[in-house]
Amino acid sequence: MYKDKDRYLNILLISPSILAVLIFIYGFIAWSVRVSLSKWKGLTPDYTWNGLKNYIDLFADPRFAVDVKNTLIFTGVFVFGCLILGFLLAVMLDQGLRGEGFFRSLFLFPMAISYIVTGVVWRWLMNPATGSRTSGLNLLFTYIGLDSWVNAWHTTPKWGMAAIALAAIWQMSGYTMALYLAGLRAIPHELKEAARIDGANEIQIYRHIMIPLLAPVTLSALIILGHMSLKVFDMIVAIAGKQLQLDVPAIYMWQATFDGLFYARGAAIGILLLVSVAILIIPYMHYTLKTEGQT
Amino acid sequence: MNFIRRNWLYVPLVAMAVFYLIPTYVMLVTGFKSFEEVDLKTMWNLPRGIAFDNYIEAYNKLSPSLRNSFMVVIPSTIISSILGSINGFVLAKWKFRGADFIFPLILFGMFIPYQSIIIPLVQFMRAIGISGLPSLAMAHIIYGIPITTLTFRNYYAGLPQELLEAAKIDGADMLGIYRHILLPISIPSFVVVLIWQFTAAWNDFLFAVILTGNQQWPVTVALNNMAGSQIIAWNVQMAGSLLAALPTLLVYIFLGRYFLRGLLAGSLKG
Repeated sequence: MYKDKDRYLNILLISPSILAVLIFIYGFIAWSVRVSLSKWKGLTPDYTWNGLKNYIDLFADPRFAVDVKNTLIFTGVFVFGCLILGFLLAVMLDQGLRGEGFFRSLFLFPMAISYIVTGVVWRWLMNPATGSRTSGLNLLFTYIGLDSWVNAWHTTPKWGMAAIALAAIWQMSGYTMALYLAGLRAIPHELKEAARIDGANEIQIYRHIMIPLLAPVTLSALIILGHMSLKVFDMIVAIAGKQLQLDVPAIYMWQATFDGLFYARGAAIGILLLVSVAILIIPYMHYTLKTEGQT
Repeated sequence: MNFIRRNWLYVPLVAMAVFYLIPTYVMLVTGFKSFEEVDLKTMWNLPRGIAFDNYIEAYNKLSPSLRNSFMVVIPSTIISSILGSINGFVLAKWKFRGADFIFPLILFGMFIPYQSIIIPLVQFMRAIGISGLPSLAMAHIIYGIPITTLTFRNYYAGLPQELLEAAKIDGADMLGIYRHILLPISIPSFVVVLIWQFTAAWNDFLFAVILTGNQQWPVTVALNNMAGSQIIAWNVQMAGSLLAALPTLLVYIFLGRYFLRGLLAGSLKG
């Protein structure tokens, strides 16, 4: 079919990228695994075999336990918030209102901004100072008479992570809305019409027809948002710096490696993060690529 | 739904619009206040006049890092888009044995937490003697390959096979088909990918903070350090945030349609 000179040209053209991916992704992952099994602590690399000791130490490490708890709180609030808000916004925008395009763009624009910018602005919005130094959203709440809403945001004991998740919801709920909106637009109009003729009201139509049909979108959003929250780093650093109360694995990895020079532990945290992301992503990729092949 | 009931929807929509605009409002009004007028206690008030003190101060502090960002982001965006287009073409229309195995391997790179490769990355760059902005550009190019490849592959896969067959009968070789047939109609995909890569690289923090020193900080790192310092007032930080966000915001405002398409590609749905 192809001319002779074309036979291997395709492999030649793609090989730089494949080589880069093999080295910079898979080679580096293997290298990280090796570091995580070593005793490397200090400026000079030390690959002395240490077995699974770094992993075992992490599971016994109270700081890592805090990280896992914080990640769970963040993931729960962030994913749930984005899904609910994204779905409601998409449903409202799907009613054919005037100005739909304007609202859609408005809800989506935070996606274009970096986590650092979002973090710096929200850091001042969520200023926990009290008394005469009250500012930010707390000040706004007192203006409009919602004094009971005044709170310590990310400095709240135990639930501080939820405040960080709020800023993250601000950033990512528009994206979730876009996913749902695309899903809603793909559902044939006749389905809704038929249900209406059968006497179903709007709530019933959404509950029994639209939401089940949107399950694949919900799954995509759940996985994309879930894997993002496992990686959360920049936004916490920008809002609160690196403090133990708001510690997550990505920050611990950073501090262990680049502040504490405990490379072996840093690598172990990195690999644990990778494994948790892979558990979410690999079945999802498998499913998506398979369904794509069928169409 | 009848007309009256539908109009009620504007109430929650406007309320949500306010939620999304609050941070932008604070950034804007604070930026336009004069130094004398800035006070945390009146942060919600509109400025009494238009002053540029904060923007000028922030610009003076951030301009070297803004330049660094542009110097890294522009070449790496262009290069990884070109690579993605070639890869996408090969993987969609010019397959070799094992192509269907290679594609998911490349794709997985899009999702990995970079914490799992960052130690080798730093060691590797040191070993080959590349540092600062070139090393950051290299990281953006390579770790950008999965998403650019995905977007182009999905686009090319959707094109009818007859398009290629016809050109082959006319005697075109594969490179000719790519250059004269596919490339001209890939412009929209290029826009999607360029925007997406520009935004991702501009907004990156992790690679930047690890691979660059303080002379070469891109704007995300410079802004974060500005926010962490006790000396720089919050109003200058706000103005700086707007400056750091402006390039990607402008891209979004003018090319938003394409931005949305890039986003959806990122969820594997091309």
